Amino acid sequence: MIYLVLFLEFFKIGAFTFGGGYAMIPFIQETVLSHGWLSTSELVDFIAVSESTPGAFAVNISTYVGSQVGGFPGAVCATLGVVLPAFIIILIIAKIYDKFKNSKTVKGAMFGLKSVVVGLIAATVISIALEVFFPKGLTTAVFVTSTFWFSLIVFAVMLFLLLYKKFSPVIIVVLSAMCGIAAGYAGLI
Amino acid sequence: MKKSKLKLYLQILLSFMKIGVVTFGGGYAMIPIIENETSKNRKWISSGDLLDIVAISESTPGPIAICAATFIGYRVAGFLGAFCATLGVVLPSFIIIYIISIFLKEFSSYDIVKYAFTGIRAGVLALIIKAVVSMFKKAPDHILAYIIMAVSFLLVVIFSTNVLVIILSSAVIGIVASFIARKRGKEL
Repeated sequence: MIYLVLFLEFFKIGAFTFGGGYAMIPFIQETVLSHGWLSTSELVDFIAVSESTPGAFAVNISTYVGSQVGGFPGAVCATLGVVLPAFIIILIIAKIYDKFKNSKTVKGAMFGLKSVVVGLIAATVISIALEVFFPKGLTTAVFVTSTFWFSLIVFAVMLFLLLYKKFSPVIIVVLSAMCGIAAGYAGLI
Repeated sequence: MKKSKLKLYLQILLSFMKIGVVTFGGGYAMIPIIENETSKNRKWISSGDLLDIVAISESTPGPIAICAATFIGYRVAGFLGAFCATLGVVLPSFIIIYIISIFLKEFSSYDIVKYAFTGIRAGVLALIIKAVVSMFKKAPDHILAYIIMAVSFLLVVIFSTNVLVIILSSAVIGIVASFIARKRGKEL
């Protein structure tokens, strides 16, 4: 029953990813790869689509995967799954907010969660970097391909613009797309 | 149901649809827009409430937009308010992404789209590294925090350990460590 699987997998993602946004990527990547729902490069492409469209990343990716795997009902099940945990938990917390705010257990858990998120996303960076720079696998031949050098230059420039010039993600997506199109029609990649 | 109540639910739905439409990228980018609509325009909550909501979202699972919508909707009009707000914030991106999902695969056979995505992938890698940097800045400045980061990184990269197991273990480690720290009369 694919709809139930979609609902449960995205429910799990919604229930166990703290920090929102990109913090969800490691868990989402593991889930979509293990089910064969998306490849790493499709996931990376979709991150760009999500940055260029409105809405939260988690909602966007669940709608997209759900629709790819199970059409419209699949999209509904996956999106419902990712939204429901936060909805239920916030309803409960809205009632017991003061207790929750001062809870030592919550603070302790947050210490661990805020730390682990950094390690997990850093691990995702490695797998996505491999996909971006070595799409055909890790061989020495890659260093002579122009695609490798093109990707490396675009990556370095975009990282600089993000970290030091505070460019917004949408602008970064548009700029890198324009670089790709220009290089493609110039016969460089 | 009273007419005034019905009108309030509709207002909540529409306000959060507006928020859902105009926030690109999601996450913290949504906060100023949520503040503008729910606090300044509608006077449903105060700016202080909004700070609380951000704090709660950070310590609960799920996207910040969903947490904020549910919380504000509940404060304003109870369970149905929470339902309308969450539905409103999800609906625009659901519709847009559903339409894109139908066309994206067809589009991707065009040369221009292939070239664009070759560039975009390199740009997305930069976006994710930026996310690592900003989360690192928000993480606790403590030796145990650095150990958790390093170990979780190595477990995933080298041993492909299950991510859920790592998340839950680090929460438990945090709880135990803060308990031990308190026993010794210190804060973690």
